[in-house]
Amino acid sequence: MKFSITWLKDHLETEASLQEITDALNAIGLEVEGVEDPSESLAGFRVAHVLTAEKHPDADKLQVLSVDTGEGDPVQVVCGAPNARAGMKGVLGLPGAVVPSNGMELRKAAIRGVESTGMMCSARELDLGEDHDGIIELPDDASVGHSFADYQGSSPIIDVAITPNRPDCMGIYGIARDLAAAGLGTLKPVAIPSFDASGDCPVEVRTDDPEGCPAFYGRVIKGVTNGPSPDWLQQRLKSAGQKPISLLVDLTNYLMLAFGRPAHVYDLAKLQGSLCARKAETGEELLALNEKTYTLDDTMTAIADEAKVVGIGGIMGGEETGVQDDSTDVLLEIAFFDPATTGVTGRKLGLATDARTRFERGVDPEFLDEGLDLLTGLIVELAGGTASEAIRAGSPPSEAKIVAFDTGLTKRLGGVEVADDEQRAILEKLGFEVADDWQVTCPLRRNDIEGPADLVEEVVRIHGLDKVESVALPRVDGVARPTASPQQMLERKLRRAAAGSGLDEAITWSFLPEDVAEHFTATDDLWKLSNPISEDMKVMRPSLIPGLLLAAKRNADRGAGVTRVFELGRRYFKGKGDASDERATLGVVLAGEKTQRGWANGKATSFDAYDAKAAAITLLEAAGAPTARLMVMGEAGEQFHPGQSATLRLGPKNVLARFGMIHPATLKAFDMDGPVAAVELFLDAIPAKKASKGPVSFARPSFTPPALQEVTRDFAFLVPADLAAEDLLKTVRGSDKTNITAARVFDVFTGEGVPEGKKSIAIEVTLQPQEKSFKDKELKAIADTVVTAAEKVGAELRG
Amino acid sequence: MTELTDQKQSALAAIKASPTLDALEEQRVAALGKKGWVSLALKTLGQMGPDERKEAAPAIQAVRGEVAEAIEAKKAKLEASALEAQLAAETIDLTLPAPEQPKGSIHPVSQVMDELAEIFADLGFSVATGPEIEDDWHNFTALNMDESHPARAMHDTFYFPDKASDGASMLLRTHTSPVQIRSMKEQGAPIRLIAPGRVYRSDSDATHTPMFHQVEGLVVDEDIHLGHLKWTLETFFKAFFEREDIVLRLRPSYFPFTEPSVEVDVGYSNEGDRRVVGGHGDDDGHDWMELGGSGMVNRRVLEFAGIDADKYQGFAFGLGIDRIAMLKYGMNDLRAFFDGDPRWLAHYGFSPFDQPTLSAGVGVRP
Repeated sequence: MKFSITWLKDHLETEASLQEITDALNAIGLEVEGVEDPSESLAGFRVAHVLTAEKHPDADKLQVLSVDTGEGDPVQVVCGAPNARAGMKGVLGLPGAVVPSNGMELRKAAIRGVESTGMMCSARELDLGEDHDGIIELPDDASVGHSFADYQGSSPIIDVAITPNRPDCMGIYGIARDLAAAGLGTLKPVAIPSFDASGDCPVEVRTDDPEGCPAFYGRVIKGVTNGPSPDWLQQRLKSAGQKPISLLVDLTNYLMLAFGRPAHVYDLAKLQGSLCARKAETGEELLALNEKTYTLDDTMTAIADEAKVVGIGGIMGGEETGVQDDSTDVLLEIAFFDPATTGVTGRKLGLATDARTRFERGVDPEFLDEGLDLLTGLIVELAGGTASEAIRAGSPPSEAKIVAFDTGLTKRLGGVEVADDEQRAILEKLGFEVADDWQVTCPLRRNDIEGPADLVEEVVRIHGLDKVESVALPRVDGVARPTASPQQMLERKLRRAAAGSGLDEAITWSFLPEDVAEHFTATDDLWKLSNPISEDMKVMRPSLIPGLLLAAKRNADRGAGVTRVFELGRRYFKGKGDASDERATLGVVLAGEKTQRGWANGKATSFDAYDAKAAAITLLEAAGAPTARLMVMGEAGEQFHPGQSATLRLGPKNVLARFGMIHPATLKAFDMDGPVAAVELFLDAIPAKKASKGPVSFARPSFTPPALQEVTRDFAFLVPADLAAEDLLKTVRGSDKTNITAARVFDVFTGEGVPEGKKSIAIEVTLQPQEKSFKDKELKAIADTVVTAAEKVGAELRG
Repeated sequence: MTELTDQKQSALAAIKASPTLDALEEQRVAALGKKGWVSLALKTLGQMGPDERKEAAPAIQAVRGEVAEAIEAKKAKLEASALEAQLAAETIDLTLPAPEQPKGSIHPVSQVMDELAEIFADLGFSVATGPEIEDDWHNFTALNMDESHPARAMHDTFYFPDKASDGASMLLRTHTSPVQIRSMKEQGAPIRLIAPGRVYRSDSDATHTPMFHQVEGLVVDEDIHLGHLKWTLETFFKAFFEREDIVLRLRPSYFPFTEPSVEVDVGYSNEGDRRVVGGHGDDDGHDWMELGGSGMVNRRVLEFAGIDADKYQGFAFGLGIDRIAMLKYGMNDLRAFFDGDPRWLAHYGFSPFDQPTLSAGVGVRP
């Protein structure tokens, strides 16, 4: 909310400086968002007297003025304004002054060969209005040499943010009340211009919707003269950022801005019969003051005459029945609209207005009569006319909340000691009635007060939050205890392991374009936003790979040679009963050149599926998965190359990870060049370590290396070309579990010497002697066992 | 004997002059080989009488020793120069680049989350998590924002068309505060926790992204008041920025879930185009910057979470993680956080070995 200091001082008697006022506003919870000081923006502009005006020798439309600045010799100014003439008074910007409308600094310059010292200004140039037809003309009594800002009485404008709990501060008077409570001055009583009311209100007013509109007050004024508002009113509205429209409209805005009290003025000539607040009928339409048509439904409160809807309750009036410049007889509306109904209606219609903001937070139920009289008085005073008596339908909420307050709570909750006297004084200045037994009656305008904690807040904010001293939280004896959960430890370790293996951690959006998300899932139960910020951010991701692919694509488009990224985050699925099922996941994407072309190795190399496998195994190991027991199986998903991808499982159903090369069709869908390798680890599938019972033990089992040295034996087998190496290894390892501790492939070969349909696999078998070293005979027997076992998977020993 | 001496002299000269190991070997064979002159001389000893032998043997042995020693010495010399020559031939250009090991990095948001966990662990706070897809009861209602609450509209909420089984609307959590509710319901009081994580607002411009990170703090116990809140935030920021001159300003504010509610500002100064936290915001060249919201947990929230609000009270706060990361480490563009640009990640990311610890300080110096 914006207002000028002048306006504030209409309601607050204070000597405080601008700085003191803004400091106080911040301190009491009315956050200052900005201060505009026209005396700063108008520095260098002063009241000046044009002594002579001569035609410019070289330009038809320019004049050369001699201007008295109030000090020293007159200066020469070239001016193009048609109204510039000798004898007038206006506003001169001197060299060095900055024109508010365009930020240009004025300089002494030659215009068409004639020196000009400064500029005579138009209203638009000084941001004082739209007028740019000529320069500002000041009255004859304007004091030459005076600062224009001072002359104009322009006062600093403060912009404060009012939190939703303070409907009472949605008017300047409420802000003044808060400042007065904070010791910044004295609140002035509301001055209501007197007027004579005669005769009953000729228009019947009623409310048929006591929930949506519990109170509807009104009054007719006949014989008014609408027109432009006086300067004082225009200045105030402009300081609040409101454009003056006409006297009658401006006065309702004044009432709203000064007292937080929205009102409406109808042109009586355009109303038919009585006026009624009622529920709208579904489908009823209204052309509102903003010239847009709204369709109402039966949850909304409408104001209607006997023919039609003329307003949306608490939000906006109708275009057709609003006052015009030629309106003479008017009906004033001061109503109390229900906050919740007003809010719901406004949201449904997508219509935000100053009135709605106030009604949905709750206007002061005790300010209906006063507000109506104030508006009437102002209209009669400024626009003339004869007022009728007020008419009242319904009544606003009147039950005051009473809170039993324990002043000790201020210390216990607020952490600051405030004497009872001061607590009482603060509450009373804010309009609370404090009984001797500390039963506190809240003013009706403070609908935010629910209980004692709210009163603590009132006391503390006015007393000063800066007086709250820091108090250390009690801490446990000794060293702080560990707090991380097993899941947190796993994620931390895994994240650093991934980075340690050369991957950059990325964080990508949780949402994906719909087609991308659908490409990456087999299920159709994805979370799709109703109101995405864009179509690219519509569906919650079912996989971490697409977000990383999109990042890799952006990088490639930027010319990056390689992208090695991982992300540790969640995948989102629908769980039971439509609850969210969010699964911790790690995704890796390896794209671009694994190694650049180089002097040692020649060509650049790409990532392959074994890079993906290495990453998968390394990271699963870091995550504490039993990697020795993992099975390499298929079905990595359609997004992967069918022959170069796999899953890692513990048992046939528990998929811990998938890895491999991204399918060329997927790359095409992402408009990317390949090859690209990817990995996805499903952290929720990793079996949790069993928590040990009893006190924690960090001791590991004893280290017992075998006494005898192990020996290795090599075997080369011819196997069917489609035999998985792991099948051969598993058979070999299983053939003599006592002596064979390991078997690994060290060569795979097809080509010369290997028959069609076969491949050669060479394996190194590690044998661990137990009690005694192996004898030749024993080694021979083991070798025979290995060869016999291998034959079962179709392997024959190469001669 | 003279003959032997002469042979020795010439042999020693030949050995010395041997240009190669092969030439030296020839000298060795000529002298010490089976038929070498030294060997032949030794054989003559057998034919001598004892007295004669007694006199001749030491002399021959001495010659043998002298020659053998000369050969060994020469051999070592020749081998050394051969090795030298070989090594010289093996010289490589070490200005050529070595194979590169890719350096990975930790994202600043993760690093700062670890820093938060480390500092708050010392103050006895555990780390809690909760779902990002929430129902409106946990995100709003239980936080004292019923359906018609104006503050709801200010949250720019992303909604799903889905309803929970109890009819609640599903949405993306707009803050980490629902974790307060879930944690209090699960653990009861007393409780001390932080809850970092992703949050979502339907807002996108130069300084706002539709997804960002927040950390929630919650302390509920019997005698907790605003002074404890102030101390906790001060203590945290001093540890986080490793500066003793952190000055906080508390301003009254409004959040439906706290009462009283407090906005937290920190004093800072501008160094170049960068904000540097520290100092009193009212001092020359300083100003205040909003860091987050906080306050004493509204008793309605405690009641919603099943806590005895007559016995327990506490405070809660919420801070933007991305924002405090930017302040600490000097990033100026929030959008870059979520781009996955390896250049940015290498520049602002952290070594995996920079695990925050209290002993080393939780900040990483450039």
